[in-house]
Amino acid sequence: MQLTSRAKRVSNKKLSLGERLYLPAIVGGLGITIKHFFRKKVTINYPEEQRPMSSVYRGLHVLKRDEEGRERCTACGLCAVACPAEAISMVAAERKPGEEHLYREEKYAAVYEINMLRCIFCGLCEEACPKSAIYLQSDKLAPSFFDRSDVIYGKDRLVQSMETIKTAKSLKSGLTTSDRYVDKVFKDGKY
Amino acid sequence: MLKVTIDGQTIEVPEGTTILQAARMLGPDVAPPTMCYYSKLETSGGYCRTCIVKVTKGSEKDPRPMPKPVASCRTIVMDGMEVQNQTSPELLEARKGVVEFLLANHPLDCPICDQAGECHLQDLSFEHGIESTRYEFERRTFKKIDLGPYIQLHMTRCILCYRCVKVADQLTPQRYHGVLNRGDVAEISTYIEKAIDNDFSGNVIDVCPVGALTDKTFRFKSRVWFTKPSDAHRNCDKCSGKVTLWYKGDDVLRVTGRKNEFGEVDEFICNTCRFEKKRTSDWQIEGPSKVDRKSVISANHYSGNTVIPDFAFRVAENNKKIDDSPKGSNLLAMKN
Repeated sequence: MQLTSRAKRVSNKKLSLGERLYLPAIVGGLGITIKHFFRKKVTINYPEEQRPMSSVYRGLHVLKRDEEGRERCTACGLCAVACPAEAISMVAAERKPGEEHLYREEKYAAVYEINMLRCIFCGLCEEACPKSAIYLQSDKLAPSFFDRSDVIYGKDRLVQSMETIKTAKSLKSGLTTSDRYVDKVFKDGKY
Repeated sequence: MLKVTIDGQTIEVPEGTTILQAARMLGPDVAPPTMCYYSKLETSGGYCRTCIVKVTKGSEKDPRPMPKPVASCRTIVMDGMEVQNQTSPELLEARKGVVEFLLANHPLDCPICDQAGECHLQDLSFEHGIESTRYEFERRTFKKIDLGPYIQLHMTRCILCYRCVKVADQLTPQRYHGVLNRGDVAEISTYIEKAIDNDFSGNVIDVCPVGALTDKTFRFKSRVWFTKPSDAHRNCDKCSGKVTLWYKGDDVLRVTGRKNEFGEVDEFICNTCRFEKKRTSDWQIEGPSKVDRKSVISANHYSGNTVIPDFAFRVAENNKKIDDSPKGSNLLAMKN
């Protein structure tokens, strides 16, 4: 009885003399192995060597500062509502007089947390952000975790460090293509 | 009774009804959007021009169309009138222009504004507006004015709909705020910066279609879409006590009046209910409020108040094939 249309009939034909000798097949197999010795290696010595990353790679998040070092994020919550994994949470606060050099807008995120276990690095937060504040860096990966308490990234680890703002060159290097585009738009004065 | 046809749907309305009221009787899909008209406030409407409609047939006696779009909140229905709202592309284009005018001086600081997510101007510009602004000049700005401990006034966001002025006129014994100056420099202001401290002044927050008047006790506490609305009531000697509580976790962040499908409160509530009763124990909870599925407030709430869309019920109804009438059960018995 035919049970399936994909059944194959096995042939019980006797092997030819060449096939029965085994040696040619072994030599052929070894040939393939030896050929790979002279090929370019597909692996790299990872921590020492690193592959070039795509400029659109979505790595670890960063909360950007503007040219004057003020935090861009205004805790509007659009990243959190766009996040399909519900990884982002925030608490907003009002900027006090005298804090204008710290925060760009009247409102800022007093607490901003991303749960890296939940995050799927889809980049929807980056797309939702109306203030160009959150970016997924193309040159930094989220590290592996050994402790659950390390997993929730707060503002201490997310906000861009001040050193990267002071030097214009390093500002560029840490940015994704979309960030560069935004920078260009800012410079052209279209925003 | 007068017969009026709006977007191909005919309805009979009593004499003296405006086109807008007739359209609202047909439902929220037909009704034109409004920014200044508020059915609970007398003499409101006629300022913003958002509710313009095209009258293609004036009446049965005089079938000439009206020469230009008319404000539906101020135009009385005539017998046999035919009106186009969503079905007229020219009208939608005209409304797009109205939205552009409303947005001309609006700061577009939605990421900061507490009204974002339930802002009528935001909805309106999303549905009818253009994507970018053509306005090149400096926008009108105002200094901040203190309106007392409960109400925050951001005059820069105001679209001068006069709703709050009418609340103060009609709900409270006296008003301390009104519109000063004229034209481009017109502004809502309290006279001699007096706090509006009567019992129903908090309703200006609910009637404000934009974020010009917001709840100071809710200021920057949470975005509205992170809060869950629940209907609740309490025995109040001043108002009906029927409110919506906006929860975040176990905390009541905000109390507002209950809003209907047109964004208008059903009953105005007093300041005690609005600002001072912010514990669950103060209220009797009736259940989660219904939130429009299109609203951002229903986004990301994977549990609790998700509203099952109508079509799911309709599909379920159509698929229901069980005949439990006596005749049907007899047939079933015979088969067995």
